[in-house]
Amino acid sequence: MILPSLKIKKKNRRGSRSLAGTVGIFLFLALLGAFMVLPLLYAVISSLKPIDELYAYPPRFFVRRPTTENIEMLFSLAANLWVPFSRYVFNSVFVSGVATVGHIILASMCAFVFSKFNIRINWMFKLVVTALLFNGVVLSLPQYVIMAKLGLLNTYWGYILPVLPMSLGLFLMKQFMDQLPSALIESAGIDGASYFRIFTTIVMPTVKPAWMTLLVFAFQNVWNSNPGGIVFDEQLKLLQSAISEIVAAGIARVGVSMAGSLFIMIPPIIIFVVSQNSVIETMAHSGLKD
Amino acid sequence: MSKEYTKKGKIPYHKDIAKNWQLYLMTAPYLLGFFIFTILPIVSAVVLSFFYYNMLETPTFIGFNNYFNLIVADTVFLKSIKNTLIFAVITGPLSYFLCLIIAWFINELPRYLRVLMTLVFYAPSLSSSVYFIWQYLFSGDSYGFINGILTKMGVIYEPIQWLSDEEYTLAVVMIVQVWMSLGTSFLSFIAGFQGIDKSLYEAGDVDGIKNRYQEFFYITFPLLKPQLLFSAVMQIVSSFSVSAVSQSLCGLPSTNYSAHTIVLHITDYGNIRYEMGYACAISVILFLIMLGARKLIDILLSYVSDT
Repeated sequence: MILPSLKIKKKNRRGSRSLAGTVGIFLFLALLGAFMVLPLLYAVISSLKPIDELYAYPPRFFVRRPTTENIEMLFSLAANLWVPFSRYVFNSVFVSGVATVGHIILASMCAFVFSKFNIRINWMFKLVVTALLFNGVVLSLPQYVIMAKLGLLNTYWGYILPVLPMSLGLFLMKQFMDQLPSALIESAGIDGASYFRIFTTIVMPTVKPAWMTLLVFAFQNVWNSNPGGIVFDEQLKLLQSAISEIVAAGIARVGVSMAGSLFIMIPPIIIFVVSQNSVIETMAHSGLKD
Repeated sequence: MSKEYTKKGKIPYHKDIAKNWQLYLMTAPYLLGFFIFTILPIVSAVVLSFFYYNMLETPTFIGFNNYFNLIVADTVFLKSIKNTLIFAVITGPLSYFLCLIIAWFINELPRYLRVLMTLVFYAPSLSSSVYFIWQYLFSGDSYGFINGILTKMGVIYEPIQWLSDEEYTLAVVMIVQVWMSLGTSFLSFIAGFQGIDKSLYEAGDVDGIKNRYQEFFYITFPLLKPQLLFSAVMQIVSSFSVSAVSQSLCGLPSTNYSAHTIVLHITDYGNIRYEMGYACAISVILFLIMLGARKLIDILLSYVSDT
């Protein structure tokens, strides 16, 4: 049974490209891929270069005598900062962690209700979809005014709270939940479970790919943000600003700042690599219908 | 209970809340945050744009003066609009089509190569705050990587001030912006391509589709419409919020405001000069332009998919 059907499939192969087309496409991909990766690689390689190679003329892409002195220098500079370096790392990890987890919980609860129930405020989902247009950068000034009025400036909350209601998370989560069968929820409701219980015991485990995706986007958002003006107390600043201060402090700090870029680059990449499959699965439902 | 069971029709809000209070309670935290950090900022920007406000004194009502000054007297604002529109018209669509085309190519690769290539193209957007490495690549002295390479190849004879010569600043910011722009839309397209039912292609083959390009235009493209709209929205967002890259590479203000954008103009008046009313008026104009761009995309896409 299987063999003949395979044969037919082979005969009915999809329309093919010419050889020239295939080669062209590979060249195109390779060139663009190089454009994407080389700057990042350059940073990684430069962080291993000794000072005379950093200022070599003409500049070389690769390193001849790799050294760890830039990374050591980053740590020794960091140790001399007024606030201990570990404090910045803690701030970044704490803020990203709380904001990411909080965002996932709030957005999933709300998405669950919007997706599976018919209550009077369902129209608000449309508002959230429209608000996809306005990200934190565009809204930052009026948000700043409001945070000043609420007394959120110069606190951890100033970082965390604006991230919790990101529109993208609610949107993706609702789209993902839309394809869960309603029967799943109804049967639990007949057993007398409360809505919240249905949410925690049945829905959340089922939508794991979606919350992995929210995790990637929310973490990336907080980790890469360097909000100026919201926090001015050195104790509360994030890793980003600590590294940019180290970079700005001297002229001959190219290697050190490249080493710093490693620390900023690696965490989001690891998180994405781990959750890649889930992200693609979730994004399959990201389409917007008018 | 779930959608089929609840009565349709308009129950008054208070009755609905009394009946489904658990559900309302579950939406409350998110919606509260959404109102405070999205709706309220938009509304208060509109209101404050009619006032003179410096965060210390009480706001004074000045009618349309802020808007009037912006359009008539502020030449830097017009420059920032021009630059932002250049981003919206050039880097926006460029990165949009790159996302689409690269996702299409990647989709044809074997699985492990596909995963690797997705990471390669998505990595700059993932670690978007490391754009400062471009500062060293485009550095204006002869130790700058790009200057060094070009000099060695004999293209230029003396180093170019990429980051301060107003002829180049905008182009440099555009390159970096495209570099880090293969983000959410890119992932959305990759997922969209993977979700297309392969049997449709076989059916298309029977109907006389000759090659992959026809396949793309007649089968794939119409099926991707929801992704096309979502990604367009994401591209509008990123091209209208260009700011940090320009500020960090070319400074604020950049030479002769050559890489100034609307968001940087807001930062300039809001976070530096504390003229909040004026900055809010700029924000309102930005919101309106973005909503307009969204409408335009809707119209364009309806032409594309109705054929």
